[in-house]
Amino acid sequence: MTTATEPMSPVQAAARERAFSLPLQQIDPSEPGLFADDTVGHYFERLRRDAPVHRSHSPMFGDYWSVTRYQDIVSVDTNHAVYSSDWSRGGIVISDRPMNERLQMFIAMDPPKHDVQRLAVSPIVAPANLAHMEGLIRERTRRVLDGLPRGETFDWVESVSIELTTLMLATLFDFPLEDRRLLTFWSDCATANPDVDQTRVSSWEERTAALGEMFAYFTRLWNERVNAPPRTDLVSMLAHGPATRTMTPLEYMGNLVLLIVGGNDTTRNSMTGGLLALSRHPQEWAKLRANPALVDSLVPEIIRWQTPLAHMRRTATRDTELGGQMIREGEKVVMWYLSGNRDERAIAEPERFIVDRPRARQHLSFGFGIHRCVGNRLAELQLKILWQEILARFPVIEVVGEPARLKSSFVRGYTHLPVRIPG
Amino acid sequence: MPKVTFIAHDGRRFDVQATAGDSLMRAAVDHDVPGIDADCGGVCGCATCHVFVDPAWAGRLAAPSAQEDEMLNFTAERREHSRLACQIPVTEALDGLSVTMPEGQH
Repeated sequence: MTTATEPMSPVQAAARERAFSLPLQQIDPSEPGLFADDTVGHYFERLRRDAPVHRSHSPMFGDYWSVTRYQDIVSVDTNHAVYSSDWSRGGIVISDRPMNERLQMFIAMDPPKHDVQRLAVSPIVAPANLAHMEGLIRERTRRVLDGLPRGETFDWVESVSIELTTLMLATLFDFPLEDRRLLTFWSDCATANPDVDQTRVSSWEERTAALGEMFAYFTRLWNERVNAPPRTDLVSMLAHGPATRTMTPLEYMGNLVLLIVGGNDTTRNSMTGGLLALSRHPQEWAKLRANPALVDSLVPEIIRWQTPLAHMRRTATRDTELGGQMIREGEKVVMWYLSGNRDERAIAEPERFIVDRPRARQHLSFGFGIHRCVGNRLAELQLKILWQEILARFPVIEVVGEPARLKSSFVRGYTHLPVRIPG
Repeated sequence: MPKVTFIAHDGRRFDVQATAGDSLMRAAVDHDVPGIDADCGGVCGCATCHVFVDPAWAGRLAAPSAQEDEMLNFTAERREHSRLACQIPVTEALDGLSVTMPEGQH
């Protein structure tokens, strides 16, 4: 994404020229390459201006509606009766998988089943429980930061973002700490699309096999915990909860994937994206150093700026009208949160990263309506502690090379960010 | 201008001169009352302006819509008189209204 404060690179300038000269019907913002080189923002800007509810076509994902303005996205997100998330209709991501590969998780269900399954796990991330977790998160964050190398280049993604989010997940599941990188691996497999990018898994078969190993591992944990008194980890909560203890194996698997991906990829990429944003806006970093209390608005601004999930998909349950367009029952509707979070109609100077942005919490990254991110407060707490502890330690962290970005139109993130801490 | 009172989880009281026609959420946000986050800006989309209405006042408010009821279901501690402040229009008749805030908005 370009910003007002940096000159546009040749790659960005060429993308902008193309985005504003292509015939509208040829614009396909779901093309994963546009996310790998971070040029998709120009296409979104064109669509917001010229075709805010746009009939898009992808050679890979078929026909879909692109919704790119903030207010239209809110309208879709808060109307689950017309815009269904249910896996049986297509679910929540742009790609349509065969029925037997679709994940039966509560984010991909409509009421009433969605409601009871979500309520079974939401207490673990409620305010009272977060207060209990804060000390542990801070202690681990300190340990990870204190162990970072000085005066040499290392990968922030690997050493900080993955390590911290994986430790958190292992705690939430009471998962054996020594095996915790399996959680990262499974999460990456779950969101991988081998038709687009083979770096995570090379084929759908390999993905299915990895998720099968995950299921076997978690079935073992379920069996241990269902026979023990209820505890406060997620597996025990699912195994004992009245609404979840009778889940089918497919639903157990689906909800595990949801909780692992939800707690992993998203926060991980915000941890990386925040550092990248501040390094590209040195005057904002200076503001933050001068007033560390700004962490409170820094955190939502990072989450807006990064938008770690670029979209959520819905399927129309009936013919409906949106932004002057007629959407037919069964058609796929993609809410581009990344675009809504750059919509100048809703957010002032949206391309700028501003650590003391007024009303910074008003962004789309968590979604709105009944599917709003259940772990949002935990994510914010993790980011807040990370930045408090960074500010207390490191006057500067240098980003010494370009980030490597994921080739995905769903998870907007990084595989690598080379950094150096002087000293 | 009707006076409304917000009572924080720790017992602190915030008396606000609200503007009739605004929502109760807007009255809190415009007067910097802590504990009302209002992440969605007032479209009944996030449930981060959750309040417990004083039982003496609860009956004088219009019943919550189906959408508000649904969003309240996902708050951390829904009670009998739970409401979303963005869905309560302030009127002169609400002069003296008092609401309490939960431990945190979620």
